[in-house]
Amino acid sequence: MSTPTRTDQNLGTDIAGGVGESPLRPDGTLKVKGEFAYSSDLWLTGMLWGATLRSPHPSARIRSIDITEAVRTDGVYAVLTHDDVPGDNLYGLEHADQPVLAGDVVRYQGEPVAIVAADHPETARRAVNKIVVSYEVQEPLVDPERAVFDDTAPALHAGGNVLRHLPIRKGDPDATADVVVYGEYEVGMQDQAFLGPESGLAVPADDGGIDLYIATQWLHVDQKQLCRVLGMPANKVRLSLSGVGGAFGAREDLSMQAHACLFALHTGRPVKMMYSREESFFGHVHRHPAKMRYEHGATRDGKLVYVKARIILDGGAYASSTPAVVANAATLGVGPYKVRNVSVDCYGVYTNNPPCGAMRGFGAVQAAFGYESQMDKLADELGMDPVEVRRRNALHEGATMPTGQVVDSAAPVEELLERVKAMPLPAEPDASDEDGYDLRLLPGGVSNTTHGEGVRRGIGYAIGIKNVCFSEGFDDYSTAQVTLKVNGGDAVATVYTAAAEVGQGLVTVQQQIARTELGVERVVIQPADTGVGSGGSTSASRQTYVTGGAVKAACEQVRTRVLRQAAKKLDLPANQLRLHAGKIVSADETVVAAVVDVLGDEAITETVTWRHRPTYPLDDNGQGNAHVQYAFAAHRAVVDVDVELGLVRVVQLDCAQDVGKAMNPDAVVGQIHGGSAQGLGLAVMEEIQVSGGTVRNPSFTDYLIPTILDMPPMRVDVLELADPNAPYGLRGVGEPPTISSTPAIVAAIRNATGLDLTRVPVQPHHITGTP
Amino acid sequence: MKCTVNGQPQEIDDVWEGESLLYALRERMGLPGSKNACEQGECGSCTVYLDGTPVCACLVAAGQAQDRDVVTVEGLASDDELHPVQQAFLDAGAVQCGFCTPGLLVATHDLLEREPHPSDPEIREALAGNLCRCTGYEKILDAVRQAATTAAQAKAGLE
Repeated sequence: MSTPTRTDQNLGTDIAGGVGESPLRPDGTLKVKGEFAYSSDLWLTGMLWGATLRSPHPSARIRSIDITEAVRTDGVYAVLTHDDVPGDNLYGLEHADQPVLAGDVVRYQGEPVAIVAADHPETARRAVNKIVVSYEVQEPLVDPERAVFDDTAPALHAGGNVLRHLPIRKGDPDATADVVVYGEYEVGMQDQAFLGPESGLAVPADDGGIDLYIATQWLHVDQKQLCRVLGMPANKVRLSLSGVGGAFGAREDLSMQAHACLFALHTGRPVKMMYSREESFFGHVHRHPAKMRYEHGATRDGKLVYVKARIILDGGAYASSTPAVVANAATLGVGPYKVRNVSVDCYGVYTNNPPCGAMRGFGAVQAAFGYESQMDKLADELGMDPVEVRRRNALHEGATMPTGQVVDSAAPVEELLERVKAMPLPAEPDASDEDGYDLRLLPGGVSNTTHGEGVRRGIGYAIGIKNVCFSEGFDDYSTAQVTLKVNGGDAVATVYTAAAEVGQGLVTVQQQIARTELGVERVVIQPADTGVGSGGSTSASRQTYVTGGAVKAACEQVRTRVLRQAAKKLDLPANQLRLHAGKIVSADETVVAAVVDVLGDEAITETVTWRHRPTYPLDDNGQGNAHVQYAFAAHRAVVDVDVELGLVRVVQLDCAQDVGKAMNPDAVVGQIHGGSAQGLGLAVMEEIQVSGGTVRNPSFTDYLIPTILDMPPMRVDVLELADPNAPYGLRGVGEPPTISSTPAIVAAIRNATGLDLTRVPVQPHHITGTP
Repeated sequence: MKCTVNGQPQEIDDVWEGESLLYALRERMGLPGSKNACEQGECGSCTVYLDGTPVCACLVAAGQAQDRDVVTVEGLASDDELHPVQQAFLDAGAVQCGFCTPGLLVATHDLLEREPHPSDPEIREALAGNLCRCTGYEKILDAVRQAATTAAQAKAGLE
């Protein structure tokens, strides 16, 4: 059909599924059909299975390792020890201090000592048990305070036991105040408890290299460490992202990656490794336990005069991301409040406890339990409403942090608190009506421990602050390659990055950005691998910001080229053309060409390495513009507590969070729900119990995470106050809800019981006072 | 060992007595949809039907499935059409990492077979054996409510 205009003049509606909408995730159909390939689902003909021998001792010298019987086992193809590591037997995110396989010493229970590959996983496990290791067991260093202050404690690493001490000094160190509250607080060791176990498949390649299929949070940082361990160049160690069953920080460090690669090189066969849940508890780092002392000085009308804090974070046996955790706990250590005089000392230390590193909200989570507990204590001391005392000290845009950094975008601390406070409260339980109880709605649930007697209700508030993206001068970037070409008669965009989708929905957001920037409906997300430049880590709430920024920038460059090409073809000025719904539109809103016609057979590809604005290291007094962006969330928790049995039921957990721009509103709310649930876990149930350096509960039977019965209904209020420095004005979303959830719940339990409750998770005996 | 899985007869050799039904499904029959998150019956990620009853496949020995009928997440959709429960999980945003999803789909499918109009407490009770670490469960509740509504509407349409 021919028309005088020669092209379709229907401007069309905007392309559906762009930025600000909530299109469905592109991997969703595979996931609900059970066909999405997680790293634990990988399979190749003739592949072997690897298993790991781990130290039963938190501290010991290794006298000898005898692998004779293991090697002789039928079906065993390889038994490897530290002697078989071809490169440097050390790895680590920033400090390479952790052996791939222990040499002469083990520093934590669960440290890998030897590995076995066999034709059946059970054969490998049985052969592992035939390896004889002679240990000279030593007294473990398990007290993090001793690691800081006791010079007689054994040094676990060459540089001593203090991995990082970060002081923050602002204002007058000797400031005094009319009202002073003091508190000591502890945070237990939380586990990320992702559901998909550590797993991957290493495949030897014809060129002598390795192809590793792996669930990780950062392909390129894995690759960098593996190159060092294997003594191979980057072009020989190629990583592809497999399906990732959750991460939450636990996949930042290497787990089985190096072991599987060693096997593949050694046997010449594909080798799969997959941890059991028990092994997973030993196979990744955890959230740092914290011991914190806080002193808050305030005027009688509730204005903070000074905050002094000492925070000790137990990093366990190896560094992992401890230095960055220290930075967050220190720089965010007084919370989202204006304080003229600040003195914070934060220490990250080595002990023989399980290694600790990244978990959602790291550093900020621990500090928030301390400073928010203190704000409640101050409110109590002053007889003031807990929200009011927070309002009077609330940070706002233009205020100065304890590091001297000025908060240069929205900081709606007051508004978030007011919003959660204004939400309707759940109905009061009616204990007087004998038939009115529903066991499922009471603490203890269907255990039938109460029909309402001894149950007290409490309400608590908290607000938290988190830095988004990597800090302290880190060269934090992401790479995106975007291609636009005609496929099947449509203009189709392809987005290629190495950024890890771990469940959060980055793949969806990448599609949305490409749709919005290029005006095309069909966007293909190419699988992530190391064939393109680094995407940086899926952590610090940074991927939508940084990889999103890279995808946006690459799309803009592609768009410029398409418009230039159209301008040339049509003899029109390029700066008066724009892309809209697959069309080239001129300044007078006339469709002048279809994108497919401008492209023809050509594919337009642009690759962009994108950086957020620079950050800077902190000086000796902890001063400097160390952070890119701050993010805030507030919670209100309502709890019912059976004060006789110490059982807690969280009745309602409401949240208000500023996200700058809700790129995908449904996914944003999903992040807030999930993050809040992890905060609930830390508040009332989740702790890796470590005794003498030994883990006592490495299973989902003994390490409890919230079930659907534990998690209450949530009201979520999302604010969109744009950050002018960020792509689309967005603010990182993933971590803030985990931070304020925990202290809000504990505040509510205090409100119900009148108890101090200085440790999380709050356990029944903390409430009943029984041993 | 012989059994029926998703309507298809399956026969596997050399089953070691310690192998679980989950291992047999995942590693021997090419059906990795059922997931291995705890392998001690706590997380529900491996939930499958065994003769119509939902079980944790990790706690069932492969040999116990002899001559029995197994349905996994891979058997919920018919041809290319998602089951309404699958569609509801997708539409409601109840899927993030998705590792718990296969087990939750089977458990929800079972709940709605038994109780087409579950109350929220009933949904929570029915799904209490399925751990999810990503979603905080709110959108899972939405998905179950949606699936129940869709099924009711479909039924009303038929009547």
